[in-house]
Amino acid sequence: MLREDGFGSGSTRDRAVDGATVNGDAPLTNGNPPIRIGVYVCHCGTNIARTVDVEQVTEKAGELPNVTVARDYKYMCSDPGQEMIKEDIEELGLNRIVVASCSPNLHEETFRGATAAGGLNPFFFQMVNIREHASWVHEDRESATEKAIDLVRAAVQRVRHHRALETRRVPIRPEVLVVGGGIAGITAALTLAHAGKHVYLVEREASIGGHMAQFDKTFPTLDCAACILTPKMTQVKAHPNITLMTMTDVVKVEGFVGSYEVTVKHRPRYIDVSLCVGCQQCIDACVYKRGKFEDEFDVGLSKRKPIYLPNAQAVPQVVLIDPEQCIQFSSGKCKQTCLEACDRDAILFDQEERVETLEVGAIIMATGFQTFDARRSPHYGYGIYPNVYTALEVERLVNASGPTGGEVVLRDGEKPTSVGIVHCVGSRDQKTNPWCSKVCCMYSLKLAHLIKEKTDAEVYNFYIDIRTPGKGFEEFYQRVAAEGTHLIRGKVASVYQQADGDGELLVDVEDTLAGMVRRIPVDMLILAVGLEPRADAEEVRRTFNITCSGDGWFMERHPKLAPVETFTDGVYLAGCCQGPKDIPETVAQAGAAAGQALALIDRAYIELEPNTAHVIAEDCSGCKTCIPLCPYQAILHDDAENRAEINEVLCKGCGVCVAACPSGSIVQNLFEDMEIYEEIEGVLAYA
Amino acid sequence: MKKLAYYPGCSLKGTGRAYDESLRAVFEVLGEPLEELDDWNCCGATSYMSIDKREAYALASRNLALAEREKADLLTPCNACYLVLEKTRRHLADSAEMGHRVRRALDAVGLSYEGDVRIRHPLEVLTRDVGEERIKEAVKEPLKGLKVAPYYGCQIVRPYATFDDQYHPQTMDRLLKATGAKVVPYPFKTRCCGASQTGTLPEVGLHLVYRLLNEAEARGADVLAVICPLCQFNLDAYQSQVRREYDLEPIPILYFSQILGLALGIPAKKLGIDRCVVSANRVLERRAAHAA
Repeated sequence: MLREDGFGSGSTRDRAVDGATVNGDAPLTNGNPPIRIGVYVCHCGTNIARTVDVEQVTEKAGELPNVTVARDYKYMCSDPGQEMIKEDIEELGLNRIVVASCSPNLHEETFRGATAAGGLNPFFFQMVNIREHASWVHEDRESATEKAIDLVRAAVQRVRHHRALETRRVPIRPEVLVVGGGIAGITAALTLAHAGKHVYLVEREASIGGHMAQFDKTFPTLDCAACILTPKMTQVKAHPNITLMTMTDVVKVEGFVGSYEVTVKHRPRYIDVSLCVGCQQCIDACVYKRGKFEDEFDVGLSKRKPIYLPNAQAVPQVVLIDPEQCIQFSSGKCKQTCLEACDRDAILFDQEERVETLEVGAIIMATGFQTFDARRSPHYGYGIYPNVYTALEVERLVNASGPTGGEVVLRDGEKPTSVGIVHCVGSRDQKTNPWCSKVCCMYSLKLAHLIKEKTDAEVYNFYIDIRTPGKGFEEFYQRVAAEGTHLIRGKVASVYQQADGDGELLVDVEDTLAGMVRRIPVDMLILAVGLEPRADAEEVRRTFNITCSGDGWFMERHPKLAPVETFTDGVYLAGCCQGPKDIPETVAQAGAAAGQALALIDRAYIELEPNTAHVIAEDCSGCKTCIPLCPYQAILHDDAENRAEINEVLCKGCGVCVAACPSGSIVQNLFEDMEIYEEIEGVLAYA
Repeated sequence: MKKLAYYPGCSLKGTGRAYDESLRAVFEVLGEPLEELDDWNCCGATSYMSIDKREAYALASRNLALAEREKADLLTPCNACYLVLEKTRRHLADSAEMGHRVRRALDAVGLSYEGDVRIRHPLEVLTRDVGEERIKEAVKEPLKGLKVAPYYGCQIVRPYATFDDQYHPQTMDRLLKATGAKVVPYPFKTRCCGASQTGTLPEVGLHLVYRLLNEAEARGADVLAVICPLCQFNLDAYQSQVRREYDLEPIPILYFSQILGLALGIPAKKLGIDRCVVSANRVLERRAAHAA
């Protein structure tokens, strides 16, 4: 029976046969109405249709047993697409739905919703992924189409055995964990705290503030970074809804959306944080008369003692001891002058690492970035010639609270008279990182402006393209150009120090606008190093069970429509851990992540998949094989009845017990034997 | 260390004979005498590759097949041979189609190649397998006070940097330091020597040679150390022509293996030092002065 009602556009074609009794199939469920399946094949624009012949898939689906109707449509996820399913259920009396489209990660919920809207139990639905599993990964149209048909047949056979199931509701904890205390983490934490939620802000360094705290001015407005950041840092410390944990690492994450159990490890700072007031008398009293070790905050441009304050604006304003450097730790024979100097007895040489478990409903990742290691591009001379600097080092030099008090001077104390800035160091480079780091053009122009202002040096910017897509960015570029900064369009080929030039550097560069190769002498060369994922991003990703894109940035759930969500429910992304961003963008994304977390926890409960396992009491022999295997301690032994019992609230649906049960008496919803066998048979049946 | 089959290539039998002589002498003294690959043939150099890729790969792969039969890796001192053989090795591993064609060609002469041969350079073998410590121990006449500019040329680091940094190679620097010599900073260590342009476009080629010589002079080098027979030839044989146009002091151009050999106490004659066009007497005098 061919239906001819069309859904307006004419792009919908019926290939349907009333399949309830096709091939003389007997109804599958005794006494229940016959199985009537609707199959919907999506074009996904051209994403699927380009490689898979969706019309042929639809035609073949229409010929399968129990299939009442099979249609293809441009966008099944659209309103008309969903409406089509709903109407077919009502008008054709469908009782099973199969949609062949994209990943269930993206639209399983959508189509379950459409199934329910038509009046069916949402679990009478099965999704087939012919995009990620067929059209996107194959080039040959014929075999991709064949594969799609096989997958659809598997789903059709499987869905016949689906049963009506109910979702489970579990409460959501209202606390949120924010990982990383840079401007992204600070913004997210404050937003949630202002909304009355309790936030655990975990930072691995000794102070919050992140990279932004190291910067001098921010582009394009030239606001002082510290002036706008420091108040936020102190707000974090003072907010009653925020528990700030510095020098803390997340070591384990268990549980699921709504109730995560997070194990954190507090590394000792050898200071009682509740007693220290940051008076720094201990630092003055240290047996080291002056700084001996590279100061991390000043990127090695100044020296500090083994006991130190992370930086002048540090939050918490508490010192710490580096046990690798402190004499007391290496020899045990220090005079301990710091101990005497501290009138609050805050120094604790025997402080130990402490482990704590936090219970939260949602997690926001704000772990940031690292700058490209300029030594990986040795032709720019970093680490070889002393007057080659990274941009982060120069941020500290131009900063009034930096190692030179804001004076731009070379390592020998001289003011530079000519300065080169090399753009795209470690960015847009097939040998290192292929991506554009987004912020370097603007910060290079900013540094050009600041250096010109402070030294009156000639400043040369060597760029590939100037990228200024942001509010006021292009205007800033025009301003810096008008100030007389030289803008040379071309890649720097090599940098070397003159044989008799007093440390003067020669920059060989192609000037593509002048059509010539130039050799430009400079006293100081600044490398605009790009942004890259942190070295331990892969490890962190595993801990939080989220995904990374191929280049190592944490991956959002959808590049356009779910930019702060991840594929793990309840885990959100903020800031540069997801990709290079400037400060306004980071703040906006952090706000969005906090908003998403709020939307989740304010719902107060979450519906979970009913994919739990249960014991068929009369088949269970009480052998207890399953009990020690369950990773969630969800199985108990009922001694009176001598059989296993599964607590469905604790069960996560991993299926281990089902596979292990010697008598086959454990059944898992959505993965029942018949469902799986039929699916296998369907995919293997070469038609 | 896997067995090494020494592949001198044509230059080391002709203009670069001093390279061959000094390498053999140095490896002998270090207790790893070189065994030449039996019946090796021309690598095809860069020119054949641009005329017919298939034939060029087949020609070069014959040497890989011969080495594989010996269960050996190829030791290839000439930069051009090194690049061509390495390129062939990679291409056969990556391209199934070319691999098939080449296998058929090899099959016709009763040879086969499964991909089990590495192309190795003396700089790599001496720094990694032999090691600077063993070399330092073997040094009999340290070259104290000799200032050397290390010049690597292009083909050993581009496009493949297999054992050293592409822009800032260090292996020769380390070997020269092991002899007790002072290695001067030489920022042009991987720049172009002019290659065949010294002959075809002299105004371009000779200027490139000039730049290298001039920089070595500006750095106060007594000698330029090289690893490629073509670099050596350009810098040495064209030097008088360059000096006619530019104001430069003569500077000897020696293979790194010759300098290493001198430090190991090998007689200059055995190292082919007298084959240089620009006299290397100032290097020998320094050694003599030190010995005295």
